[in-house]
Amino acid sequence: MSFTETLFNGNQGLFKPKTLTPMQKLTLRFVVVGLVYFGFALIEGMIMRIFEVEPIPLITTNQFFAMMTAHPLVGIFGSSYSIVFGAFLFLVPFLMKKPLWSTKLASWTFWLLTGGTFIFWAAGFVSHYAPLYTLYWPLPADFSQFSALGGAFFILGIALAMLGAMFFVINIFKTITYTPKGWDKQPSGALFASAIGWTGLKNFFKRKKTEHLVPLPVAAVARGSVDVALNSAIILFTGVLILVYMVAELFGASLKHSAIDALLYKNWFWWGLDLVADGLVLIFVAGTWYLLAMMISGKALFMQNIARAALLVELVVSWTVWTHHLLSDQAQPAILKVVSGEMVTAFELITQGLAFFITLATLWSARPLKMSNELKFLLGGLLGFALGVPAGIIQADVGLNRILHNTQWVVGPHVHVAVLVGLTMTLHAAIYILFPILTNGAKLYSQKLANIQFWAHLVGGIGMGAFMGMAGLKGMLRRTIYTEGEFSVYMILAALCGGLLLLAFLCFFVNIVMSVGIKGVLGIFGRSTLDRDTLVPAGE
Amino acid sequence: MVDSTLVLWGQTLAYTLYAIAMILVVGWIGWRLTKPGKGGGVKPALFFTFVALLAVLGLSLHLVTLKTIPWAEPDLHRASVEVDKVFEIRVADHEFVLPAERLVVRVGEKVRFDVTSDDLTYGFGVFRPDHSMVFQMQVVPGHRNDVIWQFTRPGLYTIRSTEYSGPKGIGMIIPDAIEVVEAD
Repeated sequence: MSFTETLFNGNQGLFKPKTLTPMQKLTLRFVVVGLVYFGFALIEGMIMRIFEVEPIPLITTNQFFAMMTAHPLVGIFGSSYSIVFGAFLFLVPFLMKKPLWSTKLASWTFWLLTGGTFIFWAAGFVSHYAPLYTLYWPLPADFSQFSALGGAFFILGIALAMLGAMFFVINIFKTITYTPKGWDKQPSGALFASAIGWTGLKNFFKRKKTEHLVPLPVAAVARGSVDVALNSAIILFTGVLILVYMVAELFGASLKHSAIDALLYKNWFWWGLDLVADGLVLIFVAGTWYLLAMMISGKALFMQNIARAALLVELVVSWTVWTHHLLSDQAQPAILKVVSGEMVTAFELITQGLAFFITLATLWSARPLKMSNELKFLLGGLLGFALGVPAGIIQADVGLNRILHNTQWVVGPHVHVAVLVGLTMTLHAAIYILFPILTNGAKLYSQKLANIQFWAHLVGGIGMGAFMGMAGLKGMLRRTIYTEGEFSVYMILAALCGGLLLLAFLCFFVNIVMSVGIKGVLGIFGRSTLDRDTLVPAGE
Repeated sequence: MVDSTLVLWGQTLAYTLYAIAMILVVGWIGWRLTKPGKGGGVKPALFFTFVALLAVLGLSLHLVTLKTIPWAEPDLHRASVEVDKVFEIRVADHEFVLPAERLVVRVGEKVRFDVTSDDLTYGFGVFRPDHSMVFQMQVVPGHRNDVIWQFTRPGLYTIRSTEYSGPKGIGMIIPDAIEVVEAD
């Protein structure tokens, strides 16, 4: 096939959108939108990287900070949530061997996430609303710096995305527990108890163990979904609170900022926000690692019962670690700093390390393995968390936080290495392994492009985090602008590594588009005529 | 008190060694995964040893730093610490308002920086002339924000906000705001 033919019809013309079930199409839509938003976040990230080397005249300071506000939110809600929700809405029914409870609700999740992300991104782009994702009170309601109208649209976009997340959670739990039409009555209570970890907990105290009704990866999805729900509720509540101030301002009444205690607000907001970083991400990632390890190796998971228990521990840990974000807040009680901020946070090293070990041990038991794309990206994801989690544990220390808080260390070796290398490479591994299942056997266009993507992403992600970290150790702050070239050597090196990340994304994007073709990409947005309750066509 | 640069050097060294070791370990595992195994999986004893090692590492990091980083323990009990000097600083409308008299400190003196905010959440950071950080804290409105520090080297130090408070906040820098002189 010629290049143009492949571009339009996909590799060897194997991808046929008409053969896709509604669930396959929906999942692919989530993945495509997730990748497009990943591109958004990446391009914004690169612009900011260049701006950190030297402020560009084309971009104003206000635009820069608006970008910095949207960047992580587009990356997490627009990209990661889309890919993760799409994959889990497909995998939970796949693993439970029953149809999704509601494809309509799943479709609502898709549109709310996609639309909500676009609204808050556009609101930030147009109005330069820039309180950052931290929204420290009363900054989001500081109308001497930000437009109340722009802010109201921004918050509306976030609220829509959170509503989509809530719908996802409802769909997941209903799918686990409901009885499909024509089936024998399902034990919904027992299924719920197994998914949430209650059965596993009771098993610790019983001689005769109760059988787990829910596969381990589904249990991980269910437990991560608890954090998704709590996190969405906190963000929605905070959004409504900020909206009250905005609406009052728009109607000419300025409400008093001091009506809300800034430290109390910071506590509840971090409690909720941290359920993303230290809760659902780690739990979903562990579940995805386990599933990938079992699929790649074809073996049962190593230490399955411990893995199940660790998922529950991780859930409880995620509810009690928020103070590591407040170690530099002097009014925060010292006991909370030590217990929640330091000691409980250190448990994340154990739970994530345990998932790391179990995944590798499962793979190890199946040697020799072919170094497939899913395996190499899984190893990249494991390495990302092995580097990023300890970097976070280091800063979650009363002594070290005094000289690390809000420096580039936080956002480099910890956040970007964990998210870009750990989380993103894990998601890419999942995309590679699901690609033939979701496309009914379409073939990847180029292995060379996949190899370049892997190395450019790995080296770029780790390199960028490392150079940001070095700058942070030399005192470079995050969320500010240096105009005298104080840290330009580190920032140039970080930008070059960022360029590698962009190259990796382009390779991935081109590879996927060339595999399914432009017609194929457009085709997944068309209506499927196949049965709603069938996940994959018979014979696939 | 030990200079904070020394603590950062220790951290840089430890984390760099760890990162290199971890990259090599994962690389080695990736290479070995493609080679035939001898049969049999990983022994549970190795797993439990690994988990115990993680527990010891995670918790001991904080216990060790609490005893070895000189500002860590006094920071947690700073209400009962007697200081040599107190500097009261206000922040409002993206500006630091320093005391009328110049902030002069002797090396080794215990100084309490008491910072209050009238409006937004800011940061209070002290930096060396080479832009490296000496220490920082958050400045939350409606609450007392204080930190005790002992400077170890004479020189001029810059005050800078370390927390984002909107685009206006990037100019919150007072160069050479603190003068540290040799002890008598």
